[in-house]
Amino acid sequence: MTAISDHPTSSDASPGGISRRSFLKWSAVAGGGVALVSGTRQLGLLPGAGLSASAQEEASGVETIWSSCNVNCGSRCPLRMQVADGRVVRVLPDNTGDDALGSQQVRACVRGLSYRQRLYSPDRIKTPMRRVGERGSGDWEEISWEEAYDEIADSMKRIIEEYGNEALYLNYGTGTLGGTITSSWPPISTPFSRLFSLAGGYLNHYADYSTAQIQGAVQYHYGGWIGSNSLDDAKNANLVVMFGNNPFETRMSGGGEIYVSQQTREQAKVKTIIIDPRYSDTAMGLGDEWVALRPGTDSALVAGMAHVMITEDLVDQEFLDRCCQGYDDEHLPDGVPAGSSYKAYILGDGPDGEAKTPEWAAPITGVPAGTITRLAREIATTKPVLINQGWGPQRHVNGENQARAIFTLCALTGNVGIPGGGTGEREGSYGLPLANPFVIDNPVEASIPVFAWTDAVEKGPEMTATNAGVRGVDRLEVPIKFILNYASNALVNQHGDINRTIELLKDDSKCEMIVNVENRMTVSARYADIVLPDTTNAEQMDLASQGSAGNMGYAILASQVIEPLYDCRTVYEMCTELAKRLDIEEEFTEGRTQEEWIRHILDASREDIPDLPSFEDFKEMGIWREPNPPEVGYVPLQDFREDPEEHPLPTPSGRIEIFSSELWEMAETWELPEGQRITALPEHLSMQESAEVARSDDTYPLQCIAHHVKQRTHSTYGHIPWLEEAHPHVAWIHPWDAEERGIANDEKMYVFNDRGRIRVSARVTNRIAPGTVSVPHGAWYEPDEQGVDVGGSPNTLTSWLQSPIHKGNAQHTMLVQVERA
Amino acid sequence: MATQLGFYFDQTRCNGCKACQVACKDKHDLPVGVTWRRVAEHGGGSWQSDGDTFSPSVFATYMSTACNHCERPVCAEVCPTTAMHQRDDGVVAVDDDLCVGCRYCEWACPYSAPQYNAELGSMTKCDLCTDYREEGLEPACVAGCPSRALDWGPIDELRERYGDVDAIEPLPDPAITEPRLVITPHRDAQMTGSGTGTIKNPLEV
Repeated sequence: MTAISDHPTSSDASPGGISRRSFLKWSAVAGGGVALVSGTRQLGLLPGAGLSASAQEEASGVETIWSSCNVNCGSRCPLRMQVADGRVVRVLPDNTGDDALGSQQVRACVRGLSYRQRLYSPDRIKTPMRRVGERGSGDWEEISWEEAYDEIADSMKRIIEEYGNEALYLNYGTGTLGGTITSSWPPISTPFSRLFSLAGGYLNHYADYSTAQIQGAVQYHYGGWIGSNSLDDAKNANLVVMFGNNPFETRMSGGGEIYVSQQTREQAKVKTIIIDPRYSDTAMGLGDEWVALRPGTDSALVAGMAHVMITEDLVDQEFLDRCCQGYDDEHLPDGVPAGSSYKAYILGDGPDGEAKTPEWAAPITGVPAGTITRLAREIATTKPVLINQGWGPQRHVNGENQARAIFTLCALTGNVGIPGGGTGEREGSYGLPLANPFVIDNPVEASIPVFAWTDAVEKGPEMTATNAGVRGVDRLEVPIKFILNYASNALVNQHGDINRTIELLKDDSKCEMIVNVENRMTVSARYADIVLPDTTNAEQMDLASQGSAGNMGYAILASQVIEPLYDCRTVYEMCTELAKRLDIEEEFTEGRTQEEWIRHILDASREDIPDLPSFEDFKEMGIWREPNPPEVGYVPLQDFREDPEEHPLPTPSGRIEIFSSELWEMAETWELPEGQRITALPEHLSMQESAEVARSDDTYPLQCIAHHVKQRTHSTYGHIPWLEEAHPHVAWIHPWDAEERGIANDEKMYVFNDRGRIRVSARVTNRIAPGTVSVPHGAWYEPDEQGVDVGGSPNTLTSWLQSPIHKGNAQHTMLVQVERA
Repeated sequence: MATQLGFYFDQTRCNGCKACQVACKDKHDLPVGVTWRRVAEHGGGSWQSDGDTFSPSVFATYMSTACNHCERPVCAEVCPTTAMHQRDDGVVAVDDDLCVGCRYCEWACPYSAPQYNAELGSMTKCDLCTDYREEGLEPACVAGCPSRALDWGPIDELRERYGDVDAIEPLPDPAITEPRLVITPHRDAQMTGSGTGTIKNPLEV
């Protein structure tokens, strides 16, 4: 066994070794030289390996302990950590379960397997620190925990006294996801929410950076979040159509949706069409056909297909009549003028008078009219069709309508509520109903859209229900004055327009206190006033609820593997100490330690999950599985479809609202930024920095998106050497666009607009639509002396632009120019 | 002759995630730059445009490869010190005591399997996780693949089970070393020598 070092890969590898090695040798290009080597067979007769690994480990006292990877990828994986002398020496995947869906082994992806380098990262924050220069200057002084607790508690008290509890904010953050005590999301379930709520509450936010627009869409279309048929239900379909859904890159757990979709495809062999600006790995591994379109134009594609379906009489009229509102003028709510239905919009009988023919959609989407017609006929005449979408199509300024258009396709074709069909949302999955008595309510009612916190810092009291989507109150009383940023890089790196956000944060008369609780020195942590060093989940115990895994439910009891490193402490301890200073310690802890809370949560969960193992057994098992009843995938809205009178949806009409009564009203009453619209129908909207704008913009003619990438989960796992080596940060550009600019594969290029400029390596690839550049999401912002972000964060280029309905982050809506660096 | 071991790779399941690569690095404590298992992306094709519309006709595949423990290990043939050798079970391995780090094996191997570790001053390579196998465990890359795209075993059994395809782009002509490797090709795989694509991630392999 190789000697164990703290940072096994931190040493610089032999540059000569890398340059000499070349894949060119693999193919015929350089094969001639290699072929000259003579081919005498030589079988070695030397002794084999020595002492086996386990024998060595026994001798050296190696122990294997269950932990988990709790990040925001939508999956959740157990990790078996091997420990020797108090150090993690190896990270192994799950070795329980099997290969069958419903009991599958939950093998960690490339990121989880690199956990050791994250745990022992040189970026670990080692001690509490207070800034001494201006925010973001990078000048810090080390302080004691006592000093840190006192200062934070005093600041909280002062701000509550001066501004009220609405001035306190828990920023959105998903760096620690899936745990119970350590969870950083959803906000209500974080330990800081419990602490702040006991201290009188804090300003809420709703929705999240992943799904803001589609959450807004489902609310008005279906009355709430229902999900689509699970991916294992594809076995009951005769066609699968996925819009911007990419489980092969975004759900990479070997127990999660990539595995579920792969296995289902191997077994059922159902034709799959992938609609995406990128030839994603899902298109490569799951798809039979790739339809390439411009970002943000899915709603136009659906409209073009709808025109074919309507004019060729291919829609499911019976389903539309019985279950939907507003498909045609005969099914509009009272008081709405004729010509307001979806059919009228598509046929050109609505206010815009324009028929949404395939020829109309083609130049918008980039998809040839003939392809649109062919797709429409295939989707409409095949039964059933499993239709779903990922969260790329909705992460646009027109994202709510994008999402609703795809839902509408499911209604037009009558695929909602049947096995092998879908609602057009993202796939659902089975989950364990774990209880969480640790969570308490926040007494403050006011809530802002998750992406609008920078507005609330800048101009909180100007924000109202109808101009900013404020909920719970008509208008905010005060701006945000105190931010607790736990396991979050959304304070800077994952927010829009990093340069503008930094300018806002630098002014400490606005937000007066920023506390960052984090285990690594992230981009966001750089802009805090006080940084508290958190433990990772290898350094504490937690119960991790499952990730999305098709038809299987599971939970992971992740033990503490090693003692906390450096002077790091758990969030539970931090909150307890702060609670002590706020005179709410007893209420916060209820007399329990972290482990006692986990035991309590398990006991409370047994009510709904009677088979849940005992704490001691669970600790040994690590992962516990409970499949949904075998062979039954998740099929939402079956009861509604069968009897919509008996099982109405929570929409005003009780029906699927292709025409939304609430949006109809909001279109009249809400104040919107110039150029934005709310529409009752899922119309295709071309707004700021759209595909249509790009084609007439000489300065910034390229659309830019930010695909999720294997190196990182968002920004988590950034700068992990093994991962940076395996998946370098490269921005995708089409050969036509690259050639026009003289850029070759792996050369550096600048991507820029008025908001910022990044320097990044080019992946010149025909796996992306022409006119679109994709800068992988989550790269860590790193400005050089000229202000060029050489870390290559796409959020140096994004804006604070919000969608009209749910005020969601339009982070795939941006125009840029590219030039050779 | 003892059973000869080899690898199996199901290309239809590979999403290029490189869990295999990192599982190997964690198992063997490999530094950046020493990567016994790597994944190449091979792709090509073309686009047509017509006015404001476009149509792709493109392809891409991944190829995960470590040492193929070849029938004709050219690495061992060219080794001046006999450090590089083949064991009875077909596994090609380095004798650390004999290796002088001349890197001739690295030059000779068309799969880039032997890799120089500057810290050690010697060659290193995949030994099919000999210690794990002796314990009845799978090699780290096989156990770590989320999609179950890798397997290992006696090459005769692998060929019986999975066929005998081993000449897929961007791999070299198998005639050079006779690799103990079996591949289930992706629908877009191209046979070695007749490929129309290129390696898209040359710096990663």
